[in-house]
Amino acid sequence: MNVSPGTKRKLTVLLTIFILLCIFSLFSGKLAPHDAEFVDLSATKQPPGGEYPLGTDGLGRCIWSRILAGASSSIFASLVIVVLSMAFGCAVGIVSGYSGGVVDEVIMRIVDVFLAFPGIVLSIAVAGMLGPGLKNGVLALAATGWTQYARLIRSYVLSLRQENFVKAARLNGQSGISILIRHIFPNAIRPVVVTGTLHLSGAMLGISGLSFLGLSSSSAEWGSMLSEGRSLMQKCPWMVLYPALAIFLVTILFNLLGDSVRDVLDPSGKNRTLNN
Amino acid sequence: MARIPKWLGQHTVVRYVVRRLLTLIPVLLGVTLLTYALMYLSPKDPVEMMLQAQGTAPSREVVEAMRRQLGLDRPFVIQYLDWLWRFVRGDMDVSYVDGASVAGKLITALPNTLKLAVSSVVVTAIFSVPLGILTAVYQGKAVDGIIRFLSFIGNSLPNYIVSLGLLYFFALKLGWFPILSSRSLISLVLPTLALAIPMTGKYIRQVRAAVLEQLHRPYVDGGVSRGLKTRTILFRDVLRNAMITIVTLMSMSVGSLLGGTAAIEMIFVLPGLGYMVTNAVTARDYPVIQGFVVWMSVIYVVINLLTDISYYYMDPRVSVGMGVE
Repeated sequence: MNVSPGTKRKLTVLLTIFILLCIFSLFSGKLAPHDAEFVDLSATKQPPGGEYPLGTDGLGRCIWSRILAGASSSIFASLVIVVLSMAFGCAVGIVSGYSGGVVDEVIMRIVDVFLAFPGIVLSIAVAGMLGPGLKNGVLALAATGWTQYARLIRSYVLSLRQENFVKAARLNGQSGISILIRHIFPNAIRPVVVTGTLHLSGAMLGISGLSFLGLSSSSAEWGSMLSEGRSLMQKCPWMVLYPALAIFLVTILFNLLGDSVRDVLDPSGKNRTLNN
Repeated sequence: MARIPKWLGQHTVVRYVVRRLLTLIPVLLGVTLLTYALMYLSPKDPVEMMLQAQGTAPSREVVEAMRRQLGLDRPFVIQYLDWLWRFVRGDMDVSYVDGASVAGKLITALPNTLKLAVSSVVVTAIFSVPLGILTAVYQGKAVDGIIRFLSFIGNSLPNYIVSLGLLYFFALKLGWFPILSSRSLISLVLPTLALAIPMTGKYIRQVRAAVLEQLHRPYVDGGVSRGLKTRTILFRDVLRNAMITIVTLMSMSVGSLLGGTAAIEMIFVLPGLGYMVTNAVTARDYPVIQGFVVWMSVIYVVINLLTDISYYYMDPRVSVGMGVE
């Protein structure tokens, strides 16, 4: 495995920015100069500058404060989507791969059903069932995201099961669960981490896309800010520009991080998924 | 795997297609079951939603009577089978909101989305295939760097942001294009570009990887050593082999556009499927959502099947895999 020091350094830098951004997003709402939801009809549609660094929207709400408040929903939500899909998908994949037989067959047919829904369609259906709201949007995207992890980890479990060290562990009399935790999972974690970081930007665009359509969050969230701003775009372009910039920059960071993690953990490029 | 009767003949493609169609049946049953169950489990009562949508404040008796009339008081399995049976025969209930038939709504909306999806995939192919080849051939050169940088940017832009940008500059500031969509072709330009730009960014990378993979194969060196022109090797062998990846990508992008055009349709007020279903979700119009979801999945699995069959004609080796499994 040949990973150049430059690649590693790049990953360290990106990872640091990423972690700082995640921590920042947890309490960025508290740093806002104004109340993100405070409606001030005497200060509507103000251009950037002065008291409102990024201007105000049609209801006189401070855009900068809303972007800061939206960071927690947008960034944190995409993290939750990835973690939820990963946890559920891995659990399903491990059970499926390790049990084999009928259980495996049934689980894989269920995964096939989930894969038969194209792109965002299942998320729209789940959002339609649960109704709007950030939590529901997260669930809707996790409901479609878990299948890639399930398939990935199942294939690793299937091939690892044939390895001598697993057979040896079984001959030693270790229980199935202990083999899974001590031998199989540590060996299958790399591709899962790679898929997870590549999934981040998709999750981010997914949640802001759902909010943009009005199917997710209706409070301060970057996607819903765009959607609110678009009717006033001609007079107040800043209402659209800054949330769009926020989404764009964070997506770029996530994409760079995903590529970098893949370069370091999976240099042979076996894990290049077509979806991401 | 399903057994194929002998009378269907020995032709591998026919056998393959029949077997794939048979495996589609459980998948599509699962799709309908999941879709129906989602709406059944929904916390909101469809009858109350329906009566509220029609502007009446429902009393308990009215709701109960309505439930019986719609058959919603029956057990889940009976309701599902009844719904499925009607669905298979093309009867997809009526919208809760306006009472129009769901089938009719889908058929009216489909052409708009189809036009948008086809035009954006064509534009994506026109740009991403040549540019992807270019970056692969000039790997490491300045052209490669510039195009890869631009494609990375495009890949990080969601289509709704691109469309807002295009709308701002080309429709509002310059006035070259109409803001809302109309029947004219020119109103399709901006929505098509908005979908095609992020996809092009994504697929340049994929085409580049596919072509690079082929360029590293020994047969390329073999061709060079035998004195074949680079151009001949590239267009006769490399592209032919990279075509499988490219066709897969294109068909996958059609799949992701089924429903993925929703934001664009909302922005340009284009009454397509995405526009229809977004409004249906907001209004909790379950029959419309159900019809949309099931039909999109049917179209999607059929596209996937057609893609797999097309491999047979692009790569004769695939037929070996079709025979035995």
